[in-house]
Amino acid sequence: MAATSKAYKSQTVESGFSLRSLTHLLGSQEFILLMSILALSLVVYSDNPRFGTERNLLNILSNASYIAVGAIGMSMVIITGNIDVSVGSLIGVLATIAGQLAVHDYPIWMAWTAPILAAMVVEGFIGFLVAYLRIPAIVVTLGMMSILKGGLILATGGAWIYDIPQEFFLAQRQPYGIPMPIYFMVTLVILAALWMHYSPTGRAIYAVGGNAEAARLSGISEKRTLMTVFILHGFMIGVAGLLFATQFTTIQSTVPPGLELMIITAAVVGGVSILGGSGTVIGAMLGAILIRVIQSGMIFLNVSAYWLQAVQGILILLTVLADILRRRRQAASIGK
Amino acid sequence: MQPILELTNISKRFPGVQALQNVRFDVLPGEVHALIGENGAGKSTLIKIISGVYKPDEGTLRLDGQERPPFSNPREAQAAGIATIYQELSLYPELSAAENIFMGHAPRTRFGAVDWGRMRREARELLASLEIHDLDVNRKIGTLSVGNRQRIEIAKALSLNARILVMDEPTAALTEADVEQLFRIVRLLQERGVAIIYISHRLQEIFTLADRVTVLRDGEYVATRRVTETSEPELISMMVGRTVDDLFPKLPAEIGEPLLEVRDLWRRPYTLGVNLTVRAGEIVGLAGLIGSGRSELAQTIFGIMPAQSGQILIEGKPVRIRHPGDAMRLGIAYVPEERGSQGLIRQMTIRQNISLAVLRALTRGPFIDRQGEKSLAERMIDTLNIRAYSTNQIVNKLSGGNQQKVVVGKWLASQPRILIMDEPTRGIDVGAKAEVHRLMSQLAQQGMAILMISSEMPEILGMSDRVVVMREGRVVGEFSREEATQEKVATAMMSVENGASDAAELAVDGVQTGAKGR
Repeated sequence: MAATSKAYKSQTVESGFSLRSLTHLLGSQEFILLMSILALSLVVYSDNPRFGTERNLLNILSNASYIAVGAIGMSMVIITGNIDVSVGSLIGVLATIAGQLAVHDYPIWMAWTAPILAAMVVEGFIGFLVAYLRIPAIVVTLGMMSILKGGLILATGGAWIYDIPQEFFLAQRQPYGIPMPIYFMVTLVILAALWMHYSPTGRAIYAVGGNAEAARLSGISEKRTLMTVFILHGFMIGVAGLLFATQFTTIQSTVPPGLELMIITAAVVGGVSILGGSGTVIGAMLGAILIRVIQSGMIFLNVSAYWLQAVQGILILLTVLADILRRRRQAASIGK
Repeated sequence: MQPILELTNISKRFPGVQALQNVRFDVLPGEVHALIGENGAGKSTLIKIISGVYKPDEGTLRLDGQERPPFSNPREAQAAGIATIYQELSLYPELSAAENIFMGHAPRTRFGAVDWGRMRREARELLASLEIHDLDVNRKIGTLSVGNRQRIEIAKALSLNARILVMDEPTAALTEADVEQLFRIVRLLQERGVAIIYISHRLQEIFTLADRVTVLRDGEYVATRRVTETSEPELISMMVGRTVDDLFPKLPAEIGEPLLEVRDLWRRPYTLGVNLTVRAGEIVGLAGLIGSGRSELAQTIFGIMPAQSGQILIEGKPVRIRHPGDAMRLGIAYVPEERGSQGLIRQMTIRQNISLAVLRALTRGPFIDRQGEKSLAERMIDTLNIRAYSTNQIVNKLSGGNQQKVVVGKWLASQPRILIMDEPTRGIDVGAKAEVHRLMSQLAQQGMAILMISSEMPEILGMSDRVVVMREGRVVGEFSREEATQEKVATAMMSVENGASDAAELAVDGVQTGAKGR
């Protein structure tokens, strides 16, 4: 009995494995995204070759960076089955904190690290409310969004911050001719991807999002996992806030409109299931790049920038629809 | 008299299991017809066919003598005058009693708005017709007692002009006084000519209330009797009377010291002072009806619902178990009843599911040891004979039996000394079943202590060194392998022989009042 089953197994492994992994790769969200980005770029390029200049391409990647870094944290949050709609407001607040510290002659390193710590504290608090008090994340973060938005206007009166010392502008630096944000994006995505894929905590995140009850019965603490996720998410949002704050020479003390939508879109379009349990940070990065390619493409094709929000919305709906259809098909194939 | 509803040759198949095979059933106007059988005998499937939830694969249905196609949805059954009161009441807790009674068919004014005055009045009239006068129809359902909620359900059924009322274990969650009042209401309905299909595990109730009783076993029709012409022992033997086939390769194992001892364990309302011992090498079968508190006892031991009082001893040493992590560290593993919702992460691969409970032990430095994880999964696939093309297969795509083996593999990976298995072979095919049984036997031989919860009598009798029977949160019987027979175990599970339950005593009371009433 055991011998026959072994023979049966090794046979199927050999005949099926390479083909299966190939179709798996070709069918993955990351691959589809990569192809979409390339196809779209080619379309725009064929209409307007200036799209393809090195400067523009680096610009697209650089602009995608803080979205991508924010989307890393957002992916983790969504994978656990939660959401954070307060990130746009939070990044606005962080930029103001960084700018105020810099303009008031605090050491630059402090202006850089303060927003990261602040974001970790805020997201840690959100995580506490979600994990321990069991308040739905959408409610907590909607509340937080309002508080941050209102608080920022109250505190600053909406005044812009000028005359910041030049060395503050981290995101404007270009070591070896490549914009600084791209280094951040690539490094953090690689680290996060490794951590998500290979560490026990990364596995626990997928387990909690996939089936919290089964995870709990396997000895995984849902509360601790959620706290870890929100604090790490806070770190990523902090870095995103830092990159955002240091990109232009002035900081508008307001909340960047639609930023949370952009970050959530990047994660969801990147293949992170809104129902929790699956997705990758590499996909989220590609999602961010896709959004920026669309945006830049619109400029080169002379399409009104107001289309961008609508296009983002359509992207989200299509991706979620595809995800749900995929799940339904899977469920149906089990019934057979 | 002509039956108001008559079903013949009803068959229904679900993937992997023949739920009903050529079953017949009928009910007369003004009759209480009880439906009994063990867990899994097909009672639920039959009433779901009667109430239009399932459509039978075969069979005919006659309503007032007229043949008609079986109901294809609950609405059709409702239109035919059939109302069903499930164990889990289907009321809206935030709405008032009157709103619940008239949910979906509220009386309207000329302008199409809800006629609140009339709705309340009619709700009150309906309740009064059931001799319920002390229930405020404006109260939210959520604030009412279980008994009152059930009365609202009955009123709702009457508001739909139900002529056939199906009641699924209506007394399971009721207090004594509520049971008494329920019986009175049932008799009132009976006098009005309503036919009642009554499902209960409490045989005493059936003798009190029913006119006839039909027994199902393993999806098949066994017999219909007038209650005056049968007895409790006869019903029990009809319910269990099947032969134990030798599907169960129980190997003799050396039984050693107690590994798990439970002393006077309490976790209200399901676990009420339980004592239990499982020894090394021993398989203890935990029998009982659904709702008798077996799974809840297991979950209390495993720390999912930690104990309120009492003692748990592992190898003679008292321990505290506050959450599953504690239990795992003490060498306890729990293979849960619902492998889908409690056992597996469906989007994950076989490898990832198997390593889930031992991730920390598999971690080298910051990362999981992939090679170790893979070889663990391969070992489990081999030992448990899991049919899969690779360790990277998504578990969602495996068959039920193989999924169950993955859950078992996950827990074997934690190298437990005490293994609790809740319905280890439910819903898996015969071949996989035998493999799971063989595995349990081998594990016991290696000195593991196994507590097996099962609703399948042959499994209990075939696999257990000792059978422990639970009823209503308490241990009510214990039999050695030699002593245990289907009749003894079933009697302990269902009967009121030892320490007669209050409900049954009341039921006897009810008979007398009822008799006077007539």
